[in-house]
Amino acid sequence: MPITPETLLKRVQETLGDKVIKGAVALGEATIEIAPEDWHEVSLILRDDSALAFDLMMDLCGVDYSAYKDGAWEGKRFAVVMHLLSVKRNHRLRVRTFCADDELPILATLVEVWPAVNWFEREAFDLYGIIFDGHPDLRRILTDYGFIGHPFRKDFPISGHVEMRYDPELKRVVYQPVSIEPREVTPRIVREDIYGDVGQRGGVV
Amino acid sequence: MADIRNYTINFGPQHPAAHGVLRLVLELDGEVIERADPHVGLLHRGTEKLAETKTFLQSVPYMDRLDYMSMMVNEHAYCMAIEKLVGIQVPERAQYIRVMFDEITRILNHLLWLGTHALDIGAMTVFLYAFREREDLMDVYEAVSGARMHAAYYRPGGVYRDLPDRMPHYQANKRQNEADIRRLNENRQGSVLDFLEDFSNRFFGYMDEYETLLTDNRIWKQRTVGIAVVDPDRAKALGFTGPMLRGSGIAWDLRKMQPYEVYDRLDFEIPVGRTGDCYDRYLVRMEEMRQSNRIIQQCVAWLKANPGPVIVGDHKVAPPSRVSMKTNMEELIHHFKLFTEGMHVPEGEAYAAVEHPKGEFGVYMISDGANKPYRLKLRAPGFSHLAGLDELSRGHMIADVVAIIGTLDIVFGDIDR
Repeated sequence: MPITPETLLKRVQETLGDKVIKGAVALGEATIEIAPEDWHEVSLILRDDSALAFDLMMDLCGVDYSAYKDGAWEGKRFAVVMHLLSVKRNHRLRVRTFCADDELPILATLVEVWPAVNWFEREAFDLYGIIFDGHPDLRRILTDYGFIGHPFRKDFPISGHVEMRYDPELKRVVYQPVSIEPREVTPRIVREDIYGDVGQRGGVV
Repeated sequence: MADIRNYTINFGPQHPAAHGVLRLVLELDGEVIERADPHVGLLHRGTEKLAETKTFLQSVPYMDRLDYMSMMVNEHAYCMAIEKLVGIQVPERAQYIRVMFDEITRILNHLLWLGTHALDIGAMTVFLYAFREREDLMDVYEAVSGARMHAAYYRPGGVYRDLPDRMPHYQANKRQNEADIRRLNENRQGSVLDFLEDFSNRFFGYMDEYETLLTDNRIWKQRTVGIAVVDPDRAKALGFTGPMLRGSGIAWDLRKMQPYEVYDRLDFEIPVGRTGDCYDRYLVRMEEMRQSNRIIQQCVAWLKANPGPVIVGDHKVAPPSRVSMKTNMEELIHHFKLFTEGMHVPEGEAYAAVEHPKGEFGVYMISDGANKPYRLKLRAPGFSHLAGLDELSRGHMIADVVAIIGTLDIVFGDIDR
């Protein structure tokens, strides 16, 4: 029988001590936040501690918080979020860290901890420009050969910067600045929590 | 440094055995693989970034196009993530419908895998048989959603509509005479559930047919036994899930270990392999199809006996019925708001995972309270599996690479996203 996320969080906090900056259980999922300098050390503990035994690195991704709630974000810009699974003990944990430098986000690589992380780190590097120090092969993975920029950053336009077409005169494929206008059909709207709920506003509409 | 014999060859991206657009740079010593470097991303469409600019509902059809061999299961994980964030309970009938279609999808996926895998390593016939059965299941897809592949049938809060009472019939045409049409329509006289029941009764026999073609086939065994052996610890370290993990002998299946929807009420078993080679993974997937068929039978029986709603009644999440929208002002406003601005998902983050035919498919969603996701991360099982290709193929012959690509069961829709 798997343990509850609350018990898991308690166990993680006991094991890691003050390395856990923030720990919370929301929607039945345990999340911890750790400092970027502890990234590698904490991962090793999470994998090797027999009560935690996170033997499977499920997912690792970058997040760019700069446009969160339309720019109301105060903290650091880039985060790396990792989802861990213990096949042995049947529980899951989410680990998050914010990169110290917004201009040059760097984090230690976890390739020796979980080999599975290799491509996920390449992806986070490709899409967000987060550098994983010590990664054996930090090349772009999803974008085109010779791509410039990190497309999943919030300041990268959805239509990109260049477009590609075949030039019949040059008889090759050429790149040129995009000719399409970015167009948003549905605007993005952040509503207050009690939007549309008349009762909670005390009857004042 | 006198004698350097290694050379590099390029495999794909347009190669029949590349299963899509895999480009593989192989470093060879004679015919032995020294290193395999898969180049992915040729099908990268930026689904996750696109989802950030679309409302939650508008992204559902994008999920079909991820792993385009198991369309509805992708939608399932996506809808589950939204449901987790909004906190909605899906009606029981919708849960059974979802589970049934998940298993139909699993059979669809495994049949395609079986056909192409066998075709790649030299068994032509299986492909033709596998596609015969896929046709029936795709008709079921079409009957409920109108599309044979990209269904967009699952919605946050349930499924788009209830199962139709009538299975569509074949129409007379130039190629088939009336007697043919009558024979084709024989099992289509009842509802979709009747058709599925008939199919699932037939399917065990079909499975035996496939197995007579392959399981004891000498050539099949020569090509798969002892190829790409993964030991259990290595499989976990490489992030393998699904049949890739079970083939190595670890009985890990989300449907049993962390059951979602109604899987805990259904009776099925989890097959595991022993040696972790291609042949074991083949056997695991074959048995999985039988188990899926058992689940379909149980779902059909339940669905026949238990009518009910198939989507939640909360019209901030799910659209109101056509009639009430036309006659009720408030419902009209709900309908208009839902399809223009879209639903607002409370601030928070959620990770929802399902047992995809290929492994664990996870959707990690961050919402900041807007009508669009702030960040959507899709965890595709094939991504980890393909990353392990280098290690799996080392020391094997070049012809085995094709068998290994086959056994990984990769599809570029979800690897490249």
